Amino acid sequence: MRKQGELLPKDFRLLDAIIKKYEGKKEFLICILQDIQNVFEYLPRQALIHVSEKLEIPLIQVYGVATFFKAFSLTPKGGHTCTICLGTACHVRGAEKVLDKVKRSLDIEVGETTKDMQFTLKTVNCLGACALGPMMVVDDDYHGHMSQNKVDEILKKYSSRF
Amino acid sequence: MKKVKNPQELETLRKTILQEKYSEKPCIIISEKSTCCYLSGSREVVEAFEEGLKNFDLQNQIDIKTTGCLGFCEIEPIVIIEPKGIVYQKVKREDTLEIITETILNDIIVERLLYVEPVSGNKCKTEESMPFYKKQSRFILGNNRFINPLEINDYIAINGYKALANVLYKIKPEDVIDEIKKSGLRGRGGGGFPTGKKWEYARAAKGDPKYVICNADEGDPGAYMDRSLLEGNPHSVIEGMIIGAYAIGSHEGFVYVRNEYPLAVNHLQNAIKQAEEYGFLGKNIIGSGFDFTIKISRGGGAFVCGESTALMASLEGKPGEPRAKYIHTVEKGLWNKPTNLNNVETWANVPLIINRGADWYSKIGTDKSKGTKIFSLVGKINNTGLVEVPMGIKLNEIIYDIGGGIPDGKKFKAVQTGGPSGGCIPESLINLPVDYEKLTLAGSMMGSGGMIVMDEETCMVDVAKYFVNFLKEESCGKCVPCREGLERMGEILTDITEGKSNDEDLELLEELGEVIKDTALCALGGTAPNPVLSTIKYFRDEYKAHIEDKRCPAGVCKALIEYSIDLNKCTGCGLCLKQCPQDAITGEKKKAYNIDPMKCIKCGACYDVCKFDAIIKK
Repeated sequence: MRKQGELLPKDFRLLDAIIKKYEGKKEFLICILQDIQNVFEYLPRQALIHVSEKLEIPLIQVYGVATFFKAFSLTPKGGHTCTICLGTACHVRGAEKVLDKVKRSLDIEVGETTKDMQFTLKTVNCLGACALGPMMVVDDDYHGHMSQNKVDEILKKYSSRF
Repeated sequence: MKKVKNPQELETLRKTILQEKYSEKPCIIISEKSTCCYLSGSREVVEAFEEGLKNFDLQNQIDIKTTGCLGFCEIEPIVIIEPKGIVYQKVKREDTLEIITETILNDIIVERLLYVEPVSGNKCKTEESMPFYKKQSRFILGNNRFINPLEINDYIAINGYKALANVLYKIKPEDVIDEIKKSGLRGRGGGGFPTGKKWEYARAAKGDPKYVICNADEGDPGAYMDRSLLEGNPHSVIEGMIIGAYAIGSHEGFVYVRNEYPLAVNHLQNAIKQAEEYGFLGKNIIGSGFDFTIKISRGGGAFVCGESTALMASLEGKPGEPRAKYIHTVEKGLWNKPTNLNNVETWANVPLIINRGADWYSKIGTDKSKGTKIFSLVGKINNTGLVEVPMGIKLNEIIYDIGGGIPDGKKFKAVQTGGPSGGCIPESLINLPVDYEKLTLAGSMMGSGGMIVMDEETCMVDVAKYFVNFLKEESCGKCVPCREGLERMGEILTDITEGKSNDEDLELLEELGEVIKDTALCALGGTAPNPVLSTIKYFRDEYKAHIEDKRCPAGVCKALIEYSIDLNKCTGCGLCLKQCPQDAITGEKKKAYNIDPMKCIKCGACYDVCKFDAIIKK
């Protein structure tokens, strides 16, 4: 079993393939990091160092980009990602209440992962599906017209814990 | 696919497509290919129709057309049966058989699937009879109805790329710019800068190469018209960009699109590929000798990247921090080269203007705001959806005539426009004509077109706090007024909503707001205090209630409300007791229950679930 955050030789080959896809061009740093995040679900430290060396960008700059954009995470994610939309339309329809309920059910704050690594809780500013608000997304499944009373029922589908 | 080499070939191609695909066959139109349609189960409905037609051996006699967003998101998935244009709402898999046997085979209308107008209670059979569509002018969005966004031929069939061919062969770049200037088109992303003028500056700017950018980083929460355009009619945006590039003298373009819009990215990628195959993109476009390519760049999820200089920094692979615009981006933008950036909706307007002429276009709208604008009408409103209206339409026409008013008989309180940079417009200004100038005068702004309707249960202090917190999170941190000022505003607003404030706080908020407005580096910071200042201006009483009486009239601010049970209304059904996460509710079945305020965490679960209005929020 690999240690958390440790990359194997095949992972580096994968990183090189991603970098090659963008011809090793500096201006594609964000796209490269997005692809890496898609593979690992977060940005491992070693991957950032590798990208910095290959693209010849100082690590501090790579780190700057990785921490500036919301799409990136420097810590590993849980098996499922639960995202609550906090767009204005969802907000006025009570998204905050749904978020509070999810926080209570998972017993974590936004940005955190449950101890058993099952769920990570995130928020997003707007998914552009305002007609169906409040919105909650688990992995790639969208759940519209949410209310706090529906939360546990939905989480149940993803984990036996509920 | 064969490359199209001149305008005549394009016309021949269009005629062939029309002959092959568009006979007088009956057709089932289904709004499927957009994010919200998918979420409403549209895919299943399409499959059920395909299967159903096969079972009746009708697959060759009846076409199925899947389109992008039809605008009326509230009633999706929408099914339209042509040629009569019968509209069915919220269609489910189970309904498809009945639609086939009744409407398609026997020309009988399935009454239960018709849309019922909330105000009059009338049933509507066609789009034309729906008040939602009646008052709109859907020149841009309306085309979605005819297009499967994955099929370039559908776009060509409705005269797609005709404007491009026309421009490349018959109009000089300078004259294209003149036409756009004459049309009066202004930036639809929010700034409202005259598009033609921008193009003129970009053309005149010294430097090579020049870049063209489509800003699809639609960050305003509650606005999704750009997503729907990219998902439903990507070619109109591409065609607009090519025309713009020709006018300016650029050969390289970028679309910067939000990472949260995977379907839009997908449709756009597909559209670019198809346009390249026909020779509308790439080298020697339509045989004219003009070259232009488009690349897609996905954003990283930062609101500030909707700002042009931040967007360009991000395109260069850097953190999306804006810079001061002493030198405009049309002179020094992406990689310090002249760059022309326009919003998705602006680009989509360009082919329309070329096709129908600046004279026609400039007749729509008001004195200084021409054409139509797409708004996303969301929040506490009956007919949620995307509405395209002529500039200058009155706010009440949008909210009551098109939007169908407020649900559940609640009272209208305000409408928020312009996203986090905008403001809240109160009921007293409901007759305000909607255009760039009038919205700014009212202390709000056009923005990208989000219209979030609020009712009596929305707390305006909470809304102001929401936006300030939003912007505080999204502030890039480069300049002090925005980074520190918003933090302080957030603290003061939190104090007000928690009952820990005094009279001076309101003055301090106003003062701080003015300072941030005057001193922040970019438009994000400069407009950040708008939601606070506009709510203080129009809803001062509500602030005062929080500060002086420690009361939240709308019943939103948790620290200021308490839940109790109305003993006369409670039937003792036990629903609330089951929902309460704190076991704060006690009582015997069939008798009125009681809430223990010491245990209650004010989550509101009981309030949401009670069917008898027996939970009191005070």
